[in-house]
Amino acid sequence: MKTTKLAALALAGALASGPALAELVIPDLSYRTGPYAAGGIPFSDGYQDYFTLLNERDGGIGGEPIRLIECETGYNTEKGVECYESTKGEGALVYQPLSTGITYQLIPKTEADGIPLHTMGYGRTSAANGAVFRNVFNYPANYWDGASVIVNYLLEENGGSLEGKSIALLYHNSAYGKEPIRTLEALSEMHGYDLSQLAVDHPGQEQKSQWLQIRRERPDYVIMWGWGVMNQVAVQEAANIGFPMENFIGNWWAGAEHDVTPAGAAADGYKSLNMNRINPDLPVFDDIREHVVDAGMAAGDGSNVGSVLYTRGMYAAMLAAEAIETAQEIHGVSEITPAMMRDGMEALEVTEETMEEWGAPGVGPAFEVTCADHGGSGMGIIQQWDADAGQFVALTDYIESDSSVIDPLVEEDSMAYAAENDVEPGCN
Amino acid sequence: MPTEFLYGVEVVLNGLMAGVLYALVALGFVLIFKASGIFNYAQGVLALFAALTLVGIMEGQVPFAHLINAIFGTEIHHFGWHVPAVLAILLTAAVMVLLAWCVHNFVFRHLVGQEPIILFMATIGLAYFLEGVGDLMWGSNIKTLDVGLPQGASFWLEENTAFLGGEEFYGFFIDKLDMVATLVAVLLVIALVLFSQYTKQGRAMRAVADDHQAALSVGISLNFIWVLVWSLAGFVALVAGIMWGAKSGVQFSLSLIALKALPVLMLGGFTSIPGAIVGGLIIGVGEKLFEFLIGAPYLGGATENWFAYVLALIFLVFRPQGLFGEKIIERV
Repeated sequence: MKTTKLAALALAGALASGPALAELVIPDLSYRTGPYAAGGIPFSDGYQDYFTLLNERDGGIGGEPIRLIECETGYNTEKGVECYESTKGEGALVYQPLSTGITYQLIPKTEADGIPLHTMGYGRTSAANGAVFRNVFNYPANYWDGASVIVNYLLEENGGSLEGKSIALLYHNSAYGKEPIRTLEALSEMHGYDLSQLAVDHPGQEQKSQWLQIRRERPDYVIMWGWGVMNQVAVQEAANIGFPMENFIGNWWAGAEHDVTPAGAAADGYKSLNMNRINPDLPVFDDIREHVVDAGMAAGDGSNVGSVLYTRGMYAAMLAAEAIETAQEIHGVSEITPAMMRDGMEALEVTEETMEEWGAPGVGPAFEVTCADHGGSGMGIIQQWDADAGQFVALTDYIESDSSVIDPLVEEDSMAYAAENDVEPGCN
Repeated sequence: MPTEFLYGVEVVLNGLMAGVLYALVALGFVLIFKASGIFNYAQGVLALFAALTLVGIMEGQVPFAHLINAIFGTEIHHFGWHVPAVLAILLTAAVMVLLAWCVHNFVFRHLVGQEPIILFMATIGLAYFLEGVGDLMWGSNIKTLDVGLPQGASFWLEENTAFLGGEEFYGFFIDKLDMVATLVAVLLVIALVLFSQYTKQGRAMRAVADDHQAALSVGISLNFIWVLVWSLAGFVALVAGIMWGAKSGVQFSLSLIALKALPVLMLGGFTSIPGAIVGGLIIGVGEKLFEFLIGAPYLGGATENWFAYVLALIFLVFRPQGLFGEKIIERV
């Protein structure tokens, strides 16, 4: 009798504390504290504000309200894993961990739990091979695409040839920072430029040695794979040695406003890659201000709306919302499971019309996701900092990456992962 | 002269300048350890807090604005004024004195006589508390710190030394900010030495550092001296925060500069002000030269962080108390 009562109580408790059925649960693994907070806050604000907008303006997605669960990771891998473990039972549909370190830890976990992982422009590059990484998606572009887009841009700037040119890669001495090396090496063999590599130790507050080396060797271009304080110091040091800013190109995690403002006017002309286009006049921002910020429901104080990383966070949320809608259509239900979400992500199709509907025309490239390709279009733009106007301005349209170089690298690396982890590659 | 040699000289010069910046952080550790035996884990956060406060005051930012707005539904962020740099530095110094008083009276006064490990743990708690308070007070966005310090290469030096080498030598590069930091550090050390040697409070501070009990028995107020020491460490942290903040903007990773001070302390000793300076210079030059000669050409670079500790460990093996530290002899 006692046992039956206890079992009934336990069942009632489990039901009471379990996920509410009619909700779309989206965890936000954010970092609003610690040394990388300046990058984490605007992304998280954009990610959350867009979902709040959908709730407030449209009543959710397909009639289902969205429930956001924010969990602070502090950009710390252990905390990120804790956040995953503590939120997955809530019915989480997709994780956007915003950290390559956390991503690497979550890949086997999400594969085992059947929850999709979206690592937009970070994480494990070879996860673009959906036949191996069935639950991991890294559209619209990955690091290797990014490196290739920069080289293609430089090719265009130099009349189609980089023969005899010298490029220095200044990178964060971590798995993240080392990501573009293979691609840049392969491309240097193909295009004949000389590649030198300069590692910067975490956190990157002291880079005198690296910039003295750059001053001595005078490379034609410096490409930076940085994050956090490394970016601000690098831009300042480049200005100090008089390196031409227009020849200094950061990746998309080294191209936000706060990366350049500490250097003031000296940062004018600095370029960076971006996976999405910045446009502070997007109609969706008006909606966010009206329905979210002015209504006092914004994740932050509203000051980040329209900034580089806010736009990227919002774009990530748009892609997730679109995938939810696709999943609802595929399965004919509004209340979807993580497995259905995965299907939605794998069938995602983003067109110019889709982005118009979001109120964000041209915010990203048009692309389709397939089982074999979880990486999207691989395209990126080059933007340039205008210190007077205090904003990045797009210099190019979306530039394609060199798939003839990247696809074999993705194939090789993903197959090595499959062999190591007993994964049978294939699309079902 | 051979170009490589000249660039080696340039690396040494820049290493010396970097060493001064490390020493600025290390000085704060030394002041507190010398007077109270506390290894202040929060010294890096003190530099961050001081720099955040300085920018906040300069820009007329309302402290705790986010919290106030959340509670009262207001929309206040700025007072609408800009405070001149010198006045803002003085006001920030006053805030650091107030902080020193609070730290002593609310934390360390209650821990007198406790084991050093307990005091160390208290400073860890203090570090995280201050980081959180700094975030709440001033927000966690990156702030530009402009107190009018010059930055960038000294073109005069570049132009007037370029003739020393061939076509591939572009003259010596030294950042003007580093030169200012060196000058400030020299003045700071002179001021600290004069203060401790020739003022009543300075002599009292030294007496407390030598023997707390004896100092107490001759009527020196330990409470006053400890507040004084924490205030001085706060002021040194402010100077370090200004120099480092001018390079990278004021942001929360500024607290990590403490990591740069540890090998300096291991090498220079925890109780010597000149030791912090000399230790900083040795670490600065040593790590930069190693990177130039061995790290970058043969080891893939990024050797400075770990090599600084290797260098400090080597010194430690032969002189455990550090170069200038007091030798502890315990007789049984």
